[in-house]
Amino acid sequence: MRIGDFRESYEHDEAIWPTRVQRGWLGLLVLLLLCFPFGVNGYVAGVACLLGIHIIAATGLNIMTGYTGLISLGHAAFMGVGCYTTAYLAQRGVPFILVLPLSGLMAGLLGVVVGLPSLRIKGLYLAVATLAAQFILVYVFREWSSVTGGVGGVTIPAARLMGFELRNDHSVYFLIMPVAILLLIAARNLFRTRVGRAFIAIRDRDISAEVLGINLLHYKLAAFAIGSFYAGVAGSLLGYFYRAITPEYFTLELSIFYLAAIIVGGLGSLLGTIFGAVFMTLLPELLRVSVSYATQWAPGATSVLSSMQQIVFGLLIIGFLVFEPHGLLEVWRRIRRFFHLWPFRA
Amino acid sequence: MPLDFDWYELAEYAALGLLAGGLQALIALGFVLVYKGTGVINFAMGEFMMLGAYFFYTANVMWGIPALAALILSLLAVALVSALIEKAILRPLSGQPVISILMVTLGLASALGGGINAIWGGGHTYEMPALLPRTPLYLGDVFIPGQMIWSFLLAAAVILVFSLYFRYTATGVSMRAAASDPTTAYVLGVDVRATQRLTWMFAGVVGAVAGIIVAAITNLSPALGGVALGVLSVIILGGLDSIVGAIVAGLIIGLLESLTAGYLGGKVRDIVPYVIVLVILLIRPYGLFGTREIERL
Amino acid sequence: MTPAGPSSPASQAPVLEVNDLKLNFGGIRALNGVSLSARKGEITAIIGPNGAGKTSLFNTISGFYRPQGGTVRFEGQDVTHHSAHRRAAMGLARTFQNVALFRGMTVLDNIKLGGHTRLNSNLLSAMWYLGPAKQEEMALRREIEHEVIDFLEIDHIRHQSVAGLSYGLQKRVELARALAMRPKVLMLDEPVAGMNREETEDMARFILDVQEQWGITVLLIEHDMGLVMDISNHVVVVNFGEAIGRGTPAEVRGNPDVVRAYLGGAAEAAAPAGPAVQEVH
Repeated sequence: MRIGDFRESYEHDEAIWPTRVQRGWLGLLVLLLLCFPFGVNGYVAGVACLLGIHIIAATGLNIMTGYTGLISLGHAAFMGVGCYTTAYLAQRGVPFILVLPLSGLMAGLLGVVVGLPSLRIKGLYLAVATLAAQFILVYVFREWSSVTGGVGGVTIPAARLMGFELRNDHSVYFLIMPVAILLLIAARNLFRTRVGRAFIAIRDRDISAEVLGINLLHYKLAAFAIGSFYAGVAGSLLGYFYRAITPEYFTLELSIFYLAAIIVGGLGSLLGTIFGAVFMTLLPELLRVSVSYATQWAPGATSVLSSMQQIVFGLLIIGFLVFEPHGLLEVWRRIRRFFHLWPFRA
Repeated sequence: MPLDFDWYELAEYAALGLLAGGLQALIALGFVLVYKGTGVINFAMGEFMMLGAYFFYTANVMWGIPALAALILSLLAVALVSALIEKAILRPLSGQPVISILMVTLGLASALGGGINAIWGGGHTYEMPALLPRTPLYLGDVFIPGQMIWSFLLAAAVILVFSLYFRYTATGVSMRAAASDPTTAYVLGVDVRATQRLTWMFAGVVGAVAGIIVAAITNLSPALGGVALGVLSVIILGGLDSIVGAIVAGLIIGLLESLTAGYLGGKVRDIVPYVIVLVILLIRPYGLFGTREIERL
Repeated sequence: MTPAGPSSPASQAPVLEVNDLKLNFGGIRALNGVSLSARKGEITAIIGPNGAGKTSLFNTISGFYRPQGGTVRFEGQDVTHHSAHRRAAMGLARTFQNVALFRGMTVLDNIKLGGHTRLNSNLLSAMWYLGPAKQEEMALRREIEHEVIDFLEIDHIRHQSVAGLSYGLQKRVELARALAMRPKVLMLDEPVAGMNREETEDMARFILDVQEQWGITVLLIEHDMGLVMDISNHVVVVNFGEAIGRGTPAEVRGNPDVVRAYLGGAAEAAAPAGPAVQEVH
């Protein structure tokens, strides 16, 4: 039961974690995140790295789509832009501390270009435009061999931190995790200021937003820019993680994956983004484990793994949209309400 | 133009393109029907096409049912599936924002695609029986494959039947009324829910027919589903809610794609529809014949 | 820091001037050469039957419609071709007929959006937050709490989502948001539509306070004749996209054209049998 939650100043009221209990949990979480890699094997560390990357990418998409209402079917392509930029720069010896923001910037710039039509078109039409951009960018990835290595792909040298090469999943984790945390906090801050509020206003009722002095094109482009920036950084980290990628990674399927993540998790919520990313990261692993288990009595099971994944993804998206449109966040809120009010009923 | 320019080549590409465009117009019709009826772009259209083709293959080749009966059976099956989808998934979501419905069709595409892969095998390419006569047509020295001619004629026939249906039958008119102004149509006694379900069933059937035709020409594989996304260029150029637009734009895009494939190669051809989409969205978003949406303030 | 302003309507140069506005939608002529001016610090009411063009007039002044003829001048400047957000930055605020709050946000966040043009943070400073962004946010919060939330008596709902509020409260929040803009001109589109007696009196009191304490020029579309006659300094009657009468409430009430076109029996009903709204200070 939550009691004694008094705010005695506006600063306190506006803080992200106002209560001491929340800050306690936060401290515990930070400790867990720091110590985590030391107690687990390579596989789990790898999943954790992938989770961090997914969280960053999904956050970018949620800012664009969940908070600002700009539907993007091309998020994977922007990740690809970040990844290929990273490959290009890292191969030329640029240190990761510069490569990360530059890759993000490259993706962000492209995001602004793709977002330009949002001046004249909205909703469904904008979604189709991003879909076209997705296909065109993958085409460029496949054909511009001199820069992207074409269909065969490209390799990325390991990131170097103070002379150490981050070669295995355990070490790359310490590159990915702080970046993810920083970007999450930055996203949260965005929505404590006029920029974030403008995004939400555009989503809810853009005519009213204009009447309040919000320049729609400016802020829509800003949403595209920041969303693609996050995708670019995620793509860059992906490059340092896998160290070899091909264009086939950044297809429409991945864009839909991220859309599913933010819908399952909860549109327009950062906590929802985390839930969704965790869910969508663990799901393929869970499927793989259960299918390999099922081969005990159905030997042909592994061949249907990819179809199973497709079916489960699709059903998940449909299921959540029909039954729980606010996603896992709503489930979480219900649980929280129960504990806040306990022993009283909701 | 240099005197030794190969006019026959141009004529062949153009003819092929226009004929292919007819098929694209048919697929576009499926999109337009759904958009007019329910205001969404059905991103699962490719999967409906696949369902039609795979159902037909199962009935005709695997079960040995004669072609015509198999055709009717598979169309009925697709109509049933569409009706179920509309009832179970789309009806509960009516009134929700665009992104939800868009995502649902994407989820549907994924689930259906996975289901098809699981049942019929994802890596397998099946050979369809010879449904369309292959006897070619010669206009002078210009070679036109028979299959293309027949696919065009079939597509044109289906489009014609639907156009007449919408224009002259009572149900057709009620569907148009419900699409244009559901509240007024409801007040006038049109069963708006039924027309929406019917719209989805028609769109599914149209997709299924198109899928069978495409499979007859290019054989049956999961790549069939990707054809539909390319047709997005047709509906964007023609206008999301215009059947006339679908026809005109289908022919134009078919022509453009064929010429590109012929002179610039297959890979460039694959990207042409998406470049066209971006260009049109930048200069004339509602397409050639689409109705401009006016926002009430 | 309290907003200073004249304690009684001052007759000065018009702060908002509309000249011979013509607006067509396809074949429909929404505005047919309408002119009006709002003097600084006054409450100008715009009345007329449904479909007369009143909201179209507001939308043209706001900047959503480009007129086919005529001009809109704001503080002497020709803003006819300015975008809507630019006019807002110049000090033009408005509320909407159907409340246009942002349903995904709390009352406080909605009101803070009113202060958008007076803040400066961009993407980078917003993401960093500490420093200038935080300072201006806190300053805005204080200002809104002291000047707007207390003024409109909505402190008890400030953290609630607007989606659950009653209609009357929503209208008040919309007014709060407009006030947070510190506007020079405030356009209210049917501020008391759908309100009961008590809510109407509250809103009338707020509007008068806005005029007196903030010195804001108010433009008002209303059908509630009692309200219009009691609080306006100046009334413009619009029909078929034209102004068919103007003057003080008393003058307009007596104008035979106006009576014929619009007021009819309502003129007798609104005749002085006592003020419809009590002035409370």
